[in-house]
Amino acid sequence: MTVAPTLAVASLRLDLGHTPILRGVDIDVMPGEVHGLVGESGAGKTMVGKAVLGIAPAGARIRSGSMTFLREDLIAMPERRRRDLLGRQIALIPQDPMTGLNPVLRIDRQMTDPLRLHLGLDRPAAAAKALDLLHQVRIREPERVLRQYPHELSGGMRQRVLIAMAFSCRPQLIVADEPTTALDVTVQRQILRLIKELQETAGTAILFITHDLGVVSKICDRVSVIHSGRILESAGVADLFDFPQHDYTRALMRATPRYDRPGDLLQPVPADLTARLIAEAEALDA
Amino acid sequence: MADRRGALVSAASDARVLFGAAVLLALIVAAAAAPLLAPHDPLEQDLLASFLPPAFQAGADPVFPLGTDSLGRDLLSRLIYGARVALTVALVAASLAALLGTALGLIAGYFGGWVDAVISRLVDVWMAFPPVLLSIVLVAIIGAGLHSVIIAIVIIDWTRFCRVVRAEVLVQREQDYVASAVTIGLGRWRILWHEILPNLLPLLLVLITLEMGIAIIVEAILSFVGLSVSSDQATWGGLIQEGRLYIHQAWWIMVLPMACIIVSVLGLNALGDGLRRTLDPVMRR
Amino acid sequence: MSAGYLLKRLLLAIPTLFGVLVVVFVLLRVVPGDPVTMMVGLTASEEDIARLRELYGFDKPIFTQFLIYLGDVLQGDLGVSITRKQEVLGLILGRLPVTLELSLFAMAVALLGGMMLGVLAVYRPGRGGELVADGFSGLGLAIPDFLWALMFILLFGVLIPLLPISGQIDPRLGFEPASGFYLFESLLIGEFAAFQSVLSHMVLPAVALAIPLAAIIARILKSSLQEVMTQDYILLARARGFSRLRIVLREALQNALIPTVTLSGVQFTFLVGGTVLIERIFSYPGLGNMAIEAVINRDIPLIQGIVLTFAVMFIALNLIIDSTYVLLNPRVRHG
Repeated sequence: MTVAPTLAVASLRLDLGHTPILRGVDIDVMPGEVHGLVGESGAGKTMVGKAVLGIAPAGARIRSGSMTFLREDLIAMPERRRRDLLGRQIALIPQDPMTGLNPVLRIDRQMTDPLRLHLGLDRPAAAAKALDLLHQVRIREPERVLRQYPHELSGGMRQRVLIAMAFSCRPQLIVADEPTTALDVTVQRQILRLIKELQETAGTAILFITHDLGVVSKICDRVSVIHSGRILESAGVADLFDFPQHDYTRALMRATPRYDRPGDLLQPVPADLTARLIAEAEALDA
Repeated sequence: MADRRGALVSAASDARVLFGAAVLLALIVAAAAAPLLAPHDPLEQDLLASFLPPAFQAGADPVFPLGTDSLGRDLLSRLIYGARVALTVALVAASLAALLGTALGLIAGYFGGWVDAVISRLVDVWMAFPPVLLSIVLVAIIGAGLHSVIIAIVIIDWTRFCRVVRAEVLVQREQDYVASAVTIGLGRWRILWHEILPNLLPLLLVLITLEMGIAIIVEAILSFVGLSVSSDQATWGGLIQEGRLYIHQAWWIMVLPMACIIVSVLGLNALGDGLRRTLDPVMRR
Repeated sequence: MSAGYLLKRLLLAIPTLFGVLVVVFVLLRVVPGDPVTMMVGLTASEEDIARLRELYGFDKPIFTQFLIYLGDVLQGDLGVSITRKQEVLGLILGRLPVTLELSLFAMAVALLGGMMLGVLAVYRPGRGGELVADGFSGLGLAIPDFLWALMFILLFGVLIPLLPISGQIDPRLGFEPASGFYLFESLLIGEFAAFQSVLSHMVLPAVALAIPLAAIIARILKSSLQEVMTQDYILLARARGFSRLRIVLREALQNALIPTVTLSGVQFTFLVGGTVLIERIFSYPGLGNMAIEAVINRDIPLIQGIVLTFAVMFIALNLIIDSTYVLLNPRVRHG
C-alpha cells in the first residue's frame, strides 16, 4: 500500500512580477522524512518554501501546478483555513536567527502567543509548555531566557528558541529555510543534531532548504536538486552522493568542501554549465 | 505587475514634479511681470467699489476679476504683487539660510572635534526656541520690513541645513573617494570643496526647495501679525489679516491669498519630493 | 544603561539651557538701539530714560548685567512686566496651564489620528485606506497650522457655527479653576457644563495644531511599518497563522514606532511652538497669546520670560521623547 505524502508539490510554476521564478517544481515530502531542497542562491528554493506556507511576497503569482498538504489543496484553501493550519500543522524555521525574532517582545510572549492561539491554552499552561519546550531544546536557565529580549541571547540560543517554537504545536510539516547558514560551524553541528533528534522523536516531516550539500549529508533522507526554478534530480541521500545522475549535481559536489577531501580541490560550478541550465530553463517559459 | 506599479509611481512622481515646476514658474512670472499682469495699481483705492465679490459671484464688477478689499483695491493685483514679496523672501531667505547652514554643517561634519561640539551645541540651543515666536521677536527687534523678515528666517532656519549637511558629511567622509583623495595628498579644504560638496548638491537643492515653502509661510505669518513689510504694500499674509476682520462680509479677501499660499507651498513641496525621488540614487551612489 | 542614557541626555540639557539663557539675554539687551528707548518709545525725557536704565541695571557693564540676570533667573526672579506691573513669573504660571492643556490635547489628537492613518495605510495597502492616508498626509504637511486655523474659523465661525471659534470657556459659567487647568479640574470636580464648554472651545485650535503632526506621524509610521512588514519575524508571524490585523498591531507597530518617535520628535516641539499663533487666532488666553501682546507692547522682561519658558518646555519635551524612545526599544533599555 502507498502512503500519502505529507506535502506534495507538482509542476508548480510561479512568477514574481513578470519574471518566472519556479518553472515546474515537483517535490513529495513523505511523513517522517527530512527532504533536502538544495541549490545555489537564486535557484528558487526559498520561494518554494514561501509558496508552501502561503507567505510569498507581494507580486508573486502561481501560474499553474498544485500543492497539497495531507491531500488538502494549499492553493485553493480559504485564508481562514490556511491560518488555522499555519503554526499548528505547518511551521517554519527561518533562515536568520538574528532577524527571526521580534526585537521588542520578550521570548515568553513570542513563544506563548501561538500556543494560546492554536492549542487554546490559558496563560499559565502556555507558559509551562514554553518552559518545557526550552528544556527540550537544551537551553540552560530557561526561566531566565523566557523573560529576556532577543538581543540578549546568542545566535545559537535564538535558533534554539526558533526551533522550539517551530515544534511547539507538534506540526506535521516543518519548512526549515537554511536554519544553520547564519551560525558558525560548531553551533551549526549542534543545531543540526537537535533538529534531527526532535524530528525523529515527533515523526515530523521536514522540507529542509539549504545550499550546502555537507548539511544535506548529515540530516536528510531524500534530496531534490534545484536550479533556475527546476528540479534537476531527486534521490535518496545515499544514492545521490554515490551515483549523482545530473552534471549539475556532480558539479555541486565538487564545489562543496568535505572533511575527507582537501579544500584545494574545490571547483566552482563551471560557467558554461550554468549558462546551459539557464537556457534550458528559459526555453520552458514560452 | 511590479514594474507596471513602478511605472505608475514614477509617472505620479513626474506629475508632481511638473505640478511643482509649473507653480514655481507661475510664481516667477507673476513676480517678475507684476506691473504688466496686474490690471490695476495694487494701492489704488476706490472706496465706492469696496468689498466687491469675485467675478463668478452675483454683484461682481468685471473690472475687478477677483473682487476688491475693504478699501476697494483690486484683489487680483494685490495677489500678483503679493507673489513678488513671497518669491523674493522665499528665494533670498532660502539661499542665505542654505549658505550659512551648509557652511557650518560642512565644517562641523568634516572637522569634528571641538568645532563640531560647539556647532552642534549651538544647533541644540537654536532648536530649543519656538520658531514662530523667535521670528516675531526678531522682527520686532530689528524693525519691520522685508529685509528683517529675510534676516529672521535666515537666523532661525540655518539649523535645518546645518543638521542635514553635517549628518551627510559624516556619511560621505567615510566613503572611499574621500580616502583616495586623502591618499593622493589633497588638502582638507580642497577635499571639502571639490570632493564632498558636489556630492551634497542634490540634497541641498531639495532642501532649498522645501525651505522656500517654509519661507513663504513665515513671511505670511509675520505679515499676518503685522510685522512684515509696511501695511500698504500688498502681501498674502497682510491680505489674510485684513480678510479675517471682514470674514462675514467678504470671505474672498481671506480665502484667495490663503489659496495662493497653499498652492505655492504644495507646489514647492511636490517639487522637493519629486527631486528627492529622482536624485536619490545619485545621492546614494 | 537606560538610566545612564537618560542621565547623559539630562546632562546635555544643561549647556543647552545655559545657551538659551545667553541667547535670551543677548537678544533683548544687545539689540541695535537701546532697549530702554525701545520700551518707552521716543517721547520719554532724558531723565526718565536714565532712571529706567539704572532701574534695570542697563548702566552696568554687559557681563555684569548677564551675571545679575543669571542669578535672578536661577532664583526664579524673571523681573516685572512693564505693561502689567506684575511679576513675570506669576503671569507666566497663570497662563502656562492653559497652553499646556491645549498642547497635550492636540498631541493626543495628533497621535491618535496619525497612528490610525498609518496603520490603516499598511493594513489595507493599495486600497482606499492607503489613498486616504496619503492624501491626508500630503495636505497636512503642506498646509501649516495657522492656515488650518483660519479655514476652521471660516468653516465653523461663518458657514456652520457648530463649535466656538474664540476664547477658552463660556464666561457666563464663571468657572475659575484653582489649578489653572480648566479641562482637568472641571472634569475632576464634576463641573460638566464647564468641562463641555472648555472642551468645545479647545477642539478647533487643538485640531489645527494637530493636523501637521498627525500628517508627519502617519507618513513616517506608514513607511516604517512597511519596512517592518518585510522583516523575517513578520514572515514568521505570518507562517504561524496570525491574522494581518494582529500582526500589524501586535508584532509590527511597536517596532515601527521606534523610528517614528525619533523622526517625528522635533515635530512635537513645533506643535507647542505653534500655540503662539493659534492662540492668537482663536483669542485663546494662553502663553502664546500673551507673548504676542508682549511683543506688540515691547514688554521686554515679559518677552524674555515667555521665550525662556518655551525653551524650557522644548527641552523638557525632548527629554520626554527620549525616554519614550528608551521605553519602546528594549535594545537601548538593556544593551
